[in-house]
Amino acid sequence: MSDDQQRHLLDPKLPYLMGARIDKAMADDAMRTAVTSTTAAKDVLRKEVFANSFAERYPAIKREAARIKAHCLDNLRHYIDKFAGAVEGLGGKVHFASDSQEANRICVAIAKAEGARLCVKSKSMVTEEAFLVRDLEDAGVETVETDLGEFIVQLDRDAPSHIVTPMIHKDRRAAGRAMQRELQVEYSEDPSKLTAIARSYLRDKFRHADLGISGANFLIAESGSLVLCTNEGNAGLSVTSPRVHVVFAGIEKVIPRLSDLPFFLKLLARSGTGQDLTVYTNIISGPRRSSDPDGPEELHFILLDNGRSKVLASDQSELLACIRCGACLNACPVFRAVGGGHAYGAVYSGPIGAALTPLLRGLENYPDLPQASSLCGACHEACPVDIDLPKHFVSLRRAQIEQQIVGWRERLAYRLWAKSMRSALLFRMGSRMGRIALGLLSSRQSGKAGDRRWLMRLPWPMKAWSMDRDLPMPARRSFRQLWKSECGVGKNG
Amino acid sequence: MFNNGFHPEASSLARRMVGVFDGFEYVVTNSASCAAMVREKFPDLFSQDSPDAEAARALAAKTFEFIEFLDRVLALKPEDLGIPWQGVATYHPSCHLRSLGSDPCPSYLAGVDGLDIRPMDKASDCCGFGGTFALKYPKISSTMVREKLASIERTGADFLISNDAGCSLSLLGACHRRGLPIRTLSYAEILAEGLGLLAPDEAQA
Repeated sequence: MSDDQQRHLLDPKLPYLMGARIDKAMADDAMRTAVTSTTAAKDVLRKEVFANSFAERYPAIKREAARIKAHCLDNLRHYIDKFAGAVEGLGGKVHFASDSQEANRICVAIAKAEGARLCVKSKSMVTEEAFLVRDLEDAGVETVETDLGEFIVQLDRDAPSHIVTPMIHKDRRAAGRAMQRELQVEYSEDPSKLTAIARSYLRDKFRHADLGISGANFLIAESGSLVLCTNEGNAGLSVTSPRVHVVFAGIEKVIPRLSDLPFFLKLLARSGTGQDLTVYTNIISGPRRSSDPDGPEELHFILLDNGRSKVLASDQSELLACIRCGACLNACPVFRAVGGGHAYGAVYSGPIGAALTPLLRGLENYPDLPQASSLCGACHEACPVDIDLPKHFVSLRRAQIEQQIVGWRERLAYRLWAKSMRSALLFRMGSRMGRIALGLLSSRQSGKAGDRRWLMRLPWPMKAWSMDRDLPMPARRSFRQLWKSECGVGKNG
Repeated sequence: MFNNGFHPEASSLARRMVGVFDGFEYVVTNSASCAAMVREKFPDLFSQDSPDAEAARALAAKTFEFIEFLDRVLALKPEDLGIPWQGVATYHPSCHLRSLGSDPCPSYLAGVDGLDIRPMDKASDCCGFGGTFALKYPKISSTMVREKLASIERTGADFLISNDAGCSLSLLGACHRRGLPIRTLSYAEILAEGLGLLAPDEAQA
């Protein structure tokens, strides 16, 4: 059911420019309101939960989480090998895929060897990244998303627009219409009715599926365990009833020990949904043993690189510490203003996506993503593993200049600006000329704030400013003049 | 300039600024983003062991946002100031205060006699300015400033207090465009007006 539209939304023609989708979001108040109210509420909840649980210890906890993740990344090869060894010891199989095509080929081969016709899949960002559903369906394997949000998005031939809350851009009316159209049920917008319809439809799929696919929230190196966190229990059903379970995971998901897990579980649930713990936490070690009442007979891990090794080797490897909690998306005022994830034109959206996507898919392919940020830092504050996202946007902007992705006009303007600011004389002349120019453009307005001159329309390059803001005329006497006359002469004029 | 990735250009200006303020005991700025730039970014513009980096670190160590200076250097207690200033106001914390550490402004505002502070919802949300971001992505920036104005309007305040020149310029301009009679000012202006050092509105004339 994944078709062209989904492909287009998250895998657009490159290079991708945000403009058209920003315009679309500006015209869609309902979508923006839905995204804004949900993310803002989750952001408030997250802050409350952290304040209640950790109070002033939170910054230290974030730094500790970052330290553990940095240790994992610094020793990734070691932990991956350890993980793979442990999995094989339990009777599972580990496959390494250098890119998403290879990962999908491995998965399709497993499905074909099994003669699989129906696959149930729990929510996984890495399978989105690989566009796995498309390739499985092309190979004749019906693949059903079992996370409720993903299920509705799939039914509606839409694409997820948030890492944790995939249908954040849709309302229950859209869900009701999609179910009515695709499942031939009576229209309803009652959430509990819609959930009941999905549940009965999915139960049937769980019963008959011969392949189960999941992502991975964490991989435990010492025990070869897979950790899945959900609130709907769909992951447990997806991977225990089919005969074969395939896990898709990025290579960066591995953590050293089981004893490290509780720490991250607490951070993930609180950051993602404001819960103390997700409702279901499955820890799966190996395929079914003879003493187990259920579980898959075959367990495969497909560990995907897809550009991660390159990021790991760069000075931006910190980005691989991300645990995909979605807190930075919920905190981000830009994410809200552009109506959610689709505007980013990639699977990973929001601040983490804006930093990661250009690295995974080419800086030249996503020129807007590092730029479309006010660098307010809400994402860094929200990040439970302390990723300094604004710093990464600035690094990417710098790389854009070095690779001449930023145009020569802008590069020249900055060079001239820097030159004029380095000289006291040029700086004074520039300020004075600027004031004269603004004076010529201004028109007299009176407001409560007193008799002050305002600029309502500005020429390029300030034109965009006057789209939604006026500009007050600078004060008659500059700070430098005041300082000189009232406080004596400063150094260097 | 730094934020846009023009680091060689930014470091040339940083070097000049370090020289201009050499020999002064403290550097005080009435804008959180300026303080954050000098404190957080200047030292990283130069290679760690160079004399430039050392000089930048020295400037960073003596640079303070105005209200931080009152709090951390002068150690003035908000309640001891007891300055009078009449008005209904709301407070917008600048995003750059995040990187500077805890924000002493709310407690200083609480110590002003006659000031009625009405907290705004989503107070820590960015106003949408972000330097050239507002020029490069005006639609996103406008949407953000509209959200902020809505939060401000819901408080019913006549004054908006913000200790960042960028936020103030952006929010004042957006208020004026919509005909909202809201005046923006910094804590320094409240202090100056309260102490009779500055006539109301003089700073804006």
